[in-house]
Amino acid sequence: MLSIDRSLYDAIVIHARKDHPDEACGILAGPAGSDRPERHVPMVNAERSPTFFRFDPQEQLAVWRELDDRDEEPVVIYHSHTSTEAYPSRTDISLAAEPDAHYVLVSTREPDTAEFRSYRIVDGEVTEEEVRVVE
Amino acid sequence: MAIEVRIPTILRSHTDGAKAVTGAGKTLGELLDDLEERHPGLRERLVDDGGLRRFVNLYRNDEDVRFTGGLDTELADGDTVTVLPAVAGGAA
Repeated sequence: MLSIDRSLYDAIVIHARKDHPDEACGILAGPAGSDRPERHVPMVNAERSPTFFRFDPQEQLAVWRELDDRDEEPVVIYHSHTSTEAYPSRTDISLAAEPDAHYVLVSTREPDTAEFRSYRIVDGEVTEEEVRVVE
Repeated sequence: MAIEVRIPTILRSHTDGAKAVTGAGKTLGELLDDLEERHPGLRERLVDDGGLRRFVNLYRNDEDVRFTGGLDTELADGDTVTVLPAVAGGAA
């Protein structure tokens, strides 16, 4: 289960809406081992594409170093799908490289309602999990 | 000629769980060959027949090695090489 504060949940949806129709991406950082997302770090989608995303490698290095320095980890890794459902694509699954992260997918295909779903992706296996929003 | 190499979680099965290992080489390619002797299987996670794998980022200190010559990137004593899996995907 992913437990997430309302403010972080909203921040992800707002980021996804802002970058629509391109895919938006980023992380929620939290203390290492805590499984508790605490800090929103929106990332540049270096691909600037409606069908693909990739963290900018230079930005990723800087952010990952900061995580190390703060003894944090990427508790949540998120991106948006802008015309399809909030479910990991084959590309998402094959490239998922953080077995300890919650992979959040947001779909902005409907203008009024956002789909917000969370998964574990380990060795190519996708497991959906409950999202509990803490008010 | 010691180079520190920082290893991401997903590749630590090749380093007995170590977050960082040490290797030697005048170039990145030589370094990876050297690491392979003590950490079998690591090299193939980073390179394929065409060179550096597309979805693995390697950095010499602060520089993405794609812009410094790839496997021919020259290394100096005290350099740090960081390996980060790309975070990528998409609907397509």
